[in-house]
Amino acid sequence: MISCEKAAIICNKTQYEEASFMEKLKLRFHLLICKTCSAFTKKNTEFTTLCEKANLHSLSEHDKIKMKEQLQEKL
Amino acid sequence: MAALKFTEQQENFEVIKSNSVTFDTDSKKMAPHQLNPDAWIDLYADYLFNFAVARVSDAEIAKDLVQETFFAGLKSAKNYKGDAAERTWLIAILKRKVIDHYRKINSNKGKAEVRMSYSSSSDSEGDWLEEQVADPFSQLENSPIENEELGMAIQDCISKLPKKQALVFKMKTIQGISTEDICNELGINPSNLWVMIHRSRTALMGCLNENWF
Repeated sequence: MISCEKAAIICNKTQYEEASFMEKLKLRFHLLICKTCSAFTKKNTEFTTLCEKANLHSLSEHDKIKMKEQLQEKL
Repeated sequence: MAALKFTEQQENFEVIKSNSVTFDTDSKKMAPHQLNPDAWIDLYADYLFNFAVARVSDAEIAKDLVQETFFAGLKSAKNYKGDAAERTWLIAILKRKVIDHYRKINSNKGKAEVRMSYSSSSDSEGDWLEEQVADPFSQLENSPIENEELGMAIQDCISKLPKKQALVFKMKTIQGISTEDICNELGINPSNLWVMIHRSRTALMGCLNENWF
């Protein structure tokens, strides 16, 4: 039997499709008996779809450092 | 005597304290917002970049526009009155930059001529008005706008996260870097990473909760 903390971590891994088969199985069992974690999993999955839908972009650290250097020159 | 001195000192101290308080409120009234260009890129680069990408749909151009925005902001920093928050002010500059960008790419004479064809399907016979009426039940028009707002809302929430959590979340979720690479780059172990991901996700869900769930 796994703890809720562990279940949450596995749940997060599944959001990035990085949970192993055994982990998924453990999570499934846990969700059968734990209402709180079921609710969390549902919400977490919803959040993942939102993130995908939002089409998020961000600059890489490399780009940011380059920007900073150029901005420093102007300061 | 000593007691008297002490109360005197205390009074003095009181005066100084009250002075400093009034000074504080005064300075707040004078400039409620201040510019801090050193922190601009850490604080606003991603937010502005999202805003720009949604409008020019090209990452390279968007990057340039954001950079130009920072330069322009620096140049006109002395005109900043402090009425608006720093980010709002920068967004206003970026908006002008986006408009300038479209002006520039449309300035060639050939491109200035606008050819319109009202119906996209060329094989339909005649100009039937019925074919051009908008579908009143269509939801398609709103969804890109909604998604953009959602994107800005998420960015807003990300910017409220602790720096390291925000960084890990962005690398993992937005840039899709593998767990191994992130761990190597930041010098953390995987379980550490997952705990940070968990915290940032929980915080973001809480932050988005009011509007988007």
